[in-house]
Amino acid sequence: MEQIITCINCPVGCRMTVALNDQGEVVSVSGNTCARGEKYARQECTLPLRMITAVIPCENSEIPLSVKTAEPVPKHLISAVMNQLKKVKVAAPVKLGQVILPNVCETGVDIIATRPLS
Amino acid sequence: MNREHVDILIIGAGPAGLAAAIAAREDGIESLLVLEREASPGGILRQCIHNGFGLHRFKEELTGPEYAQRDIDRALELGIPIECGTTVLSVSPDRVVTCVSQARGLRFIEAGAVILAMGCRERPRGALCTPGTRCAGIYSAGTAQRFVNLEGFMPGQKVVILGSGDIGLIMARRMTLQGAKVLACVEIMPFSSGLNRNIVQCLNDYDIPLYLSHTVTNISGRERLESVTVAAVDEHRRPIPGTEMVFECDTLLLSVGLIPENELSEGAGVRISPATSGAVVTDTFETSVPGIFACGNVLHVHDLVDFVSDESFRAGHAAAAFIRSSAAPSAWIDVMDGNGVRGTVPQKIQTNPAQPVQIMFRPSAVFRNASAVISCGKKELLRRKAMIFTPGEMVACTLKPEAFEGLDGSEPIRVAIEEKPQEQR
Ligand SMILES: Cc1cc2nc3c(=O)[nH]c(=O)nc-3n(C[C@H](O)[C@H](O)[C@H](O)COP(=O)(O)OP(=O)(O)OC[C@H]3O[C@@H](n4cnc5c(N)ncnc54)[C@H](O)[C@@H]3O)c2cc1C
Ligand code: SF4
Repeated sequence: MEQIITCINCPVGCRMTVALNDQGEVVSVSGNTCARGEKYARQECTLPLRMITAVIPCENSEIPLSVKTAEPVPKHLISAVMNQLKKVKVAAPVKLGQVILPNVCETGVDIIATRPLS
Repeated sequence: MNREHVDILIIGAGPAGLAAAIAAREDGIESLLVLEREASPGGILRQCIHNGFGLHRFKEELTGPEYAQRDIDRALELGIPIECGTTVLSVSPDRVVTCVSQARGLRFIEAGAVILAMGCRERPRGALCTPGTRCAGIYSAGTAQRFVNLEGFMPGQKVVILGSGDIGLIMARRMTLQGAKVLACVEIMPFSSGLNRNIVQCLNDYDIPLYLSHTVTNISGRERLESVTVAAVDEHRRPIPGTEMVFECDTLLLSVGLIPENELSEGAGVRISPATSGAVVTDTFETSVPGIFACGNVLHVHDLVDFVSDESFRAGHAAAAFIRSSAAPSAWIDVMDGNGVRGTVPQKIQTNPAQPVQIMFRPSAVFRNASAVISCGKKELLRRKAMIFTPGEMVACTLKPEAFEGLDGSEPIRVAIEEKPQEQR
């Protein structure tokens, strides 16, 4: 199987062709100009990862709390993560970097605050 | 009325104002003041909760609020006074700043130097002439971003986005994640001005279609928006009859570009460049009015906040130097846009700069395997090759003071992009 993907690492935007075998393993990558492209293509075709950022309502605060996954998480879990976030309750004060939800969706990755709220 | 006095007054506590203040204080300026009309510092970054900021400056990817916090913390550490909830109403050519706040009413502050760091704002609907009724449900993408990320409510549930700039793309993802359905992103040009990364991660990830060479031809709805009509356009950007599609939606977001916010600057008599819509400045970021400096998005619209901070640190150092010495440079070299280049900043460089000079500009089109060339008459000051230059990416080149040796200002410096003959690929 072949997959065409656009490299997102720089404005050149190389279009790469990735050949996959029946087990879904990457056999070859072509069309990239540099090594960053190949690395991205391999990841993107096997386990695409994304950072998730969001806001959640925060008690005692006029503005909501902005949060992120401390590391990128598998892309197919985006909506599961968002659903878990809907159930989270927080109240100010919150520190920057504070863990708001540990091990979201069993990914081993925490949701952390991206701003302090007092 | 009593007049206060400060050595350096900075208008705006976004990343530009904060960096300028930090630099001036680090240079030993004790008497400085930052005025910010919002309730807290951080500027537009407060609402940019996505990540991707700071890769150049901090070598890590931060969200907007995290990036802003680093400068806020540093400013507080240095004891820099930031007065929030204070709006600057005017700046006079002799640097008297009029401002108003609920806490302290109307005030006049005399400043030894003023740094303009008011940022930019989005083009409103009026600037676009979108046809149709004037119903509720039409917002600029940045306004929607503010609603969702700072005020915590959703402006609508079924959304069409006009314009595929980065802010529009980011909002397509945000609205989707917060539960809305984004039906389409519509772009009049045959290409998107947004980053590839945002097209992939904000549209493709959520199967949101991008209609290139399309525009909104009608808007309908009585009180609230009910539908928009989208049609393909020809090469002259005129809608092609028969290609119309109707999208039922309650929200239309406009993401059609940013303009520097220069009412205050114009009031102070600062000359504005038609190419950048920002002030005309020297290599030390001084405007046409002595002692008034400008940096960040109010000077020219940046794509990367990292560049905003870098530029603003230099503006802060320059303002501090201005306070310390009264010796103004005597001879200047004009800087002009050459082929393939638009909006070069600075527009004037002193003939013997003491510091390295950074020249920034936007390519006017996409150029592959080309070189940016900075020259003065026959003398080439700098040549830099790149695989690609695009209008979406500002180019920054640094020239060492030695590069200016022998230049006397009789000829301008020209910044251009030279294309190699088309043998590539
Ligand atoms: C809606 C929007 C979204 C953006 N998203 C991104 C993004 O995703 N990634 C990115 O890299 N860049 C983004 N940008 C660009 C971003 O603006 C810059 O990277 C950076 O924030 C510019 O910093 P600044 O300090 O020049 O301006 P700003 O951050 O806009 O700060 C200007 C400050 O000046 C204050 N001010 C203005 N007028 C007055 C006055 N009269 N009196 C007192 N205070 C005043 C404002 O309240 C504001 O706090 C975005 C811009 C906008 C408008
Ligand atoms: S492969 Fe290399 S050159 Fe091509 S887009 Fe990716 S990072 Fe840029």
